Amino acid sequence: MLFEFSMVFMFLALGAAFVLIALGLGALIRPRRMGGVRNETYECGEEPIGQGWYNFNPRFYMLALVFLIFDVELVVTFPVITVMRQWVEQGRGWMALIEVVLFLAILVAGFAFLWNRGDLEWIKKLEGPEEGGSRT
Amino acid sequence: MKYLFDSLTANWNLSPWMTTLALVLWVVVITAGVLVFMATFAGFTSWVERRIAGRMQSRIGPNRVGPFGGLQWLADGLKCFLKEDVIPKATDPVLFRLAPYLVFPGGFAAFAALPFGYGIAASNIDIGIFYITAITSLVVIGILMAGWSSNNKWSLIGGVRSAAQIISYEIPGGLAILTVVVLAGTLNMHELVVAQGGWPWHWFIFRNPFTFVAFFIFFASILAEGNRTPFDLPEAESELVAGYLTEYTGMRFLFFLFTEWANVWVISALLTTLFLGGWQIPGITDLGATIAAATSLGKWFWVLLSVAMFFIKTSALVFLVIQIRWTLPRLRVDQLMIMCWKYLVPMGFVTLLGSAIFLVLPREGAWAWFHLSVQGIMTLIGFAIVAGLIGRAWYNIHALKDRISLENWL
Repeated sequence: MLFEFSMVFMFLALGAAFVLIALGLGALIRPRRMGGVRNETYECGEEPIGQGWYNFNPRFYMLALVFLIFDVELVVTFPVITVMRQWVEQGRGWMALIEVVLFLAILVAGFAFLWNRGDLEWIKKLEGPEEGGSRT
Repeated sequence: MKYLFDSLTANWNLSPWMTTLALVLWVVVITAGVLVFMATFAGFTSWVERRIAGRMQSRIGPNRVGPFGGLQWLADGLKCFLKEDVIPKATDPVLFRLAPYLVFPGGFAAFAALPFGYGIAASNIDIGIFYITAITSLVVIGILMAGWSSNNKWSLIGGVRSAAQIISYEIPGGLAILTVVVLAGTLNMHELVVAQGGWPWHWFIFRNPFTFVAFFIFFASILAEGNRTPFDLPEAESELVAGYLTEYTGMRFLFFLFTEWANVWVISALLTTLFLGGWQIPGITDLGATIAAATSLGKWFWVLLSVAMFFIKTSALVFLVIQIRWTLPRLRVDQLMIMCWKYLVPMGFVTLLGSAIFLVLPREGAWAWFHLSVQGIMTLIGFAIVAGLIGRAWYNIHALKDRISLENWL
């Protein structure tokens, strides 16, 4: 197993080294005439108004939170599902199935809650007193 | 590939230190070999894709460099290598430079666990498929980093969209993987293939109706995770210039595209391994036993045949992925999210549960016939769908006979 994981490590290391070498070798021969308009931010020829770092839509943030819950759930589900076959081979299949169903039912309940709350809606209506306010 | 190293060095009588050194060298050689394969494949696919795109849009496509333009990718690579590396002054210089270092190794490391043939996998780790889903997430961080650090409105929107899309589609993708894993009872890529068989009705896709649906869920999810059309919103040319790539030039730019084309191979290889029987040869029930019983020359024959099977299936899927890219229109961002969260995720739960029930069902007596007939029916449905699609394409080509040119196909 140590061999297999050292191989994975080598893939990551060599992948990064390849980028470094390719960019480093390129730096020796490619032209370097920086300055002027070339260093401006590209916005289809217009001069950019303000910075690119502006307040961004919070729906992406909500989505990231939903994802976080589901991803942790997926990580926990992987081992449960993997050992299920062993249980079936030992003749305890139905018990394992009931446990998996219970496990998934809790997750689906959370999913239904999110759906009901409207967190999965992409197009949201603006509520509250700020009617017609800025919606970036 | 440890077994190959052991059999190679069995007669060398190396000291422990030399063995360690040789092992490190072996690991480097294999990794470099896979890197060369990835680079060649990514370049070659870029050419194939442009040729197919040209045909589909009634033009020729690149045909100047080498035979039929087949060396175009080398020329493009060299050109990008010699291009100036522009880093706009408004960017965050550290993160802007760091992003390719996350994207490229993330895409490359997925190759480590892919089984190219019987025993031909760089790293046969036990958590194979789990590892691949985990390591490809590294790409999201790189893309988000690239999008944010560019300090450009296109880049920011592209980067955030890409992150939202990739993380969303990881959920149905993971559930579809679990649908198969529950049947095989393992995460090891080699054993996942061993759990299937050579003929189509042994494949996981036709094992029961739920895995059949899971195949399409997984296909859609992994296309979205690889930012391929119809899910290529992060780099929608018509609205976002080039998305998170807008400020990148030259070699840095190439590394992102490089990863994307290499990802086409990962997509197809994963689909082949999980659903389409991987390297299994039709007619051979236990390839391991066949290889163990064969002579040393026969061993090579069987291994190479399994590699060939894998390459045939994967190349067919690569072709399909490219065709999809130039056939389907791009989705809108809200449609994309609704499709993931309101359709694919609930369907993923259902397929996982249904597949678990199929596993628990008894297999003795009359039940054996039940399982066999389900597999047979699913295979027939699958082949009917494929035949229907081919027939429709055939009919359309003939209906447009005088308006479509089939000469000069390459």
